Amino acid sequence: MKRLVNLTVNGTARELAVEPRRTLLALLREDLGLTGTKQGCAEGDCGACAVLLDGEPVNACLVLALEAAGCEVLTIEGVAADGTLDPLQQAFIDAGAVQCGFCTPGMVLVARALLARHAAPTPREVRHAIAGNLCRCTGYQKIEDAILLAARRRAAGGTP
Amino acid sequence: MSGGFDVLGGRGPRVDAVEKVTGRAQYTDDLTRPGLLHGALLQSPYAHARLVRLDTSRAERLPGVAAVLTARNTPRVPYGVSPARYDEQLFAGDRVRFIGDEIAAVAAVDLDTAAEALSLIRVEYEPLEPVLDALTAREPDRPQIHEAYARNVCAQVEQHFGDVDAARAGAYLVRQDRLSSKMQNAAFLEPQAALAEVDGRGRLTIWSSTQVPHYLQRTVAMVLGLAERDVHVVMPRVGGGFGAKASASAMELATCLLAQRTGRPTKTVFSREQVFLHGRSRHQFWHTMTTGVDREGRLLFLDHEALLDGGAAASFGIATIYYAGSLLGAPYRLRSMRYRGVRVVTNKPPCGAQRGHGGVHARALFETQLDRIAEELGLDPIELRLRNVMAAGETTCNDLAMSSLGMRECLEAVRDRSGWQPRAPRPAAPRAVAAEPDGLRPAGSSAGGNGNPLGVPISAVVRGRGVACGFFVSGAGYPIYRSRTPHASVVVRLDETGGGVEVQSAVAEIGQGCETVLATIAAEVLGVPVAAVRVRSGDTDLGLDLGAYSSRTTLMAGHAVKAAAEHVRDQVLAVVATALGVPPATLALRGALVLAAGAPVVSEAIRTEYVKEHRGWNLGLAGPHLTFAEAARLAFLERGPVVGTGLYRPPALGGSFKGAAVGTSPAYGCSAQIAEVRVDLDTGQVTLERVVAAHDCGRAINLTQVEGQMHGCVSMGVGEALFEEVVFGADGRIQNPSLADYRIPTALDVPPIEAIVVESDEPNGPFGAKEVGEGGIMPTIPAVLNAIYDATGVRVEELPASPERILAALRRDGGA
Ligand code: FES
Ligand code: FES
Repeated sequence: MKRLVNLTVNGTARELAVEPRRTLLALLREDLGLTGTKQGCAEGDCGACAVLLDGEPVNACLVLALEAAGCEVLTIEGVAADGTLDPLQQAFIDAGAVQCGFCTPGMVLVARALLARHAAPTPREVRHAIAGNLCRCTGYQKIEDAILLAARRRAAGGTP
Repeated sequence: MSGGFDVLGGRGPRVDAVEKVTGRAQYTDDLTRPGLLHGALLQSPYAHARLVRLDTSRAERLPGVAAVLTARNTPRVPYGVSPARYDEQLFAGDRVRFIGDEIAAVAAVDLDTAAEALSLIRVEYEPLEPVLDALTAREPDRPQIHEAYARNVCAQVEQHFGDVDAARAGAYLVRQDRLSSKMQNAAFLEPQAALAEVDGRGRLTIWSSTQVPHYLQRTVAMVLGLAERDVHVVMPRVGGGFGAKASASAMELATCLLAQRTGRPTKTVFSREQVFLHGRSRHQFWHTMTTGVDREGRLLFLDHEALLDGGAAASFGIATIYYAGSLLGAPYRLRSMRYRGVRVVTNKPPCGAQRGHGGVHARALFETQLDRIAEELGLDPIELRLRNVMAAGETTCNDLAMSSLGMRECLEAVRDRSGWQPRAPRPAAPRAVAAEPDGLRPAGSSAGGNGNPLGVPISAVVRGRGVACGFFVSGAGYPIYRSRTPHASVVVRLDETGGGVEVQSAVAEIGQGCETVLATIAAEVLGVPVAAVRVRSGDTDLGLDLGAYSSRTTLMAGHAVKAAAEHVRDQVLAVVATALGVPPATLALRGALVLAAGAPVVSEAIRTEYVKEHRGWNLGLAGPHLTFAEAARLAFLERGPVVGTGLYRPPALGGSFKGAAVGTSPAYGCSAQIAEVRVDLDTGQVTLERVVAAHDCGRAINLTQVEGQMHGCVSMGVGEALFEEVVFGADGRIQNPSLADYRIPTALDVPPIEAIVVESDEPNGPFGAKEVGEGGIMPTIPAVLNAIYDATGVRVEELPASPERILAALRRDGGA
């Protein structure tokens, strides 16, 4: 039996009818076509499906769509919504933090939540923040570099 | 930029970076098609069983099910990786050989229906005794898994270069050491996925997460009985492969057949558990090495025996077993080498290639053994290595020609960067004791916190550092099937409108950055910014490329794209030369301009025509000088489509002995690393504090990407050294088929990595470039093991060096 759920995704209010056991990940990828959120395990182990739920990182594969009712969801598609890259996205590009890119959407969102809390995180804080997001390609070094670069650029006043 | 290049050797962004940071990059599971069906596989729950009865009738009747496939209604065509060992067939016939062996596939309107259909398939199994222990798999009383493999021996190798026995007689010091490992999983983030569709002309397209579109095309054509021209393989973005996606899978073949039978597009996506059941990652190895040196520590011989657990099929394993031997031929001058390898089959998921194919654990043992030899000789381990490293121009005893080799430079670079102090002969007890203010106690005081007045648990932490080297091929010298086929072909085509450059090829971009490499080389040759170059890749309609394996793409497709871009450049310059009335040889392309005798030129005629054609448009012409865009447009006007082609075929390489093909390469990369670890003597926990890595990649095409590959190599090596292990139960079931239980390194496990790019000029590489994607993993495991020994005084002889194994070694050898 489907149920109605109302939520805001990337700034747009949505009303959808979903099966109670449908995950937020399935809602985003299949119902809304927002395939930037990735499924690496469907078990909460990899972080590829990370999105921000009311500003907090969650693994969308572990959240039921109904649990997100009334929430604001930010996916990677909403990060550069007006067509200009977010400073974090630019930093990921500049620092070479992207290889296969499968972990990248989740990494960018988790980093965004970190920088919202800590404008100037230490390398250690960065590592802790992304510890739930697996990356098999980069060894994390350049991801850390990217997040610190974004923080530095923001502190230097280059960006809002 | 190095060496007078404009874009080569820089730090420009990846060409696919924007789409990947914005979520626009599309991977196979992101694709859909009208009328899409969902495929699912029925896989064996038994490691070894006879299929007594298989009844699919109820599944076929379930509404929403479009097709059910089994061995009974599909082609029985053997396939695999090496043509001499085609031992796989789509769907089990009368026998299943591992948990996960495919029995049937269904296509249904949605995944729930597909799952229900699978549950309605009745299978009666007669369980057989499984062969799970590779060490005893050859014993005469063991069941035989494949008819073709008597005593379960899938492959056996004997090679002898020089005279090991004579060398042994003259050796000053001879050591024998062992190391074994566990089966591993590549654990890329994107599970395998495939979407297949047959178009109105009957042509099959498969979008797949493969890393070998060409071999997938051949295998699909062969198994389905189609002409190769009727099979079109396309790679969407791929989320890592590392080797395990380098062979056609039953899932891909089943998806193609489902699409063919139903006439509807069908998509199948692996769960994470299925990634583990499918396997095709690192083998389990047992290595024994006997090595002799003279009084000065010069290597005289290596006598090497290896046993490989290959799982239930040959897969890539024939190459694996040869690589396990041949990749020890360098980077040290080794006068003689004997190698005896056996690969057995067992009732486990088949093993295949994984980053550093076949050579990683052999290298780990050899490099730890070198440390032991150095210690016995009272030599610093770096000094021992420096006494033995080869130099460019030398050839190994197994006929590998080191056309460039910055091995000494790499070793010296990590030594100097890390602040390595030449090592005095170590005392019996652990050294590098940390007595830290935060309650850490020096090693050697009583363990377990006795005598601690507050009763607060305290721990003993010791530190150590270790060094190791390695080398790797820049592409396999021969294709997997016997052929004189070029290994890579590339087309460069200039936009008819002028200015744009398109590179068309079938190279496999799996995250390693080969599109950026191709774009950079084309941009360098054509004197345009990298951003002017579009790369289309991973599409068998666009060219031939053998795929992303053996670290071949930069060198091989790099040559092809360079040739194709030069071909285009020459056509453009010929047209411009005629228009300007100057000899073509005086012209060049640089900075998006045409240069004559090194200076920008002005051509009223060309400019006028170009501006007239575009009346009213803002053309972005910055100055009066003749641009690449104008020249390209003129070339089209004068002679039609400007298309350049290039191909690469390696020269004849290597010796003529059996197996000589594996390990030969046009060029070899090499690397050295120093790892610094902290070991908790109470828990056995190892923490990496720092890795200093140097890699000779020839000329770097893009420095940032070279570093990225080095980091990725170290990261995977850290996981393999410390915790990665596919664990099997007594029934052959994988106990940890998830990313929670099969632990790969997190951001907290990988230490800061200092990557030093050592550039050499490789004569056989495009612009002097060679590999970096795999060679960088070679030193990691032994550097970590040597550091653990330096810290604790104990050697772990079974990988991964988990806390349990370290504690056991400490108890055994009394390190602390
Ligand atoms: S897909 Fe959600 S954590 Fe892996
Ligand atoms: S870039 Fe491939 S998993 Fe992170």
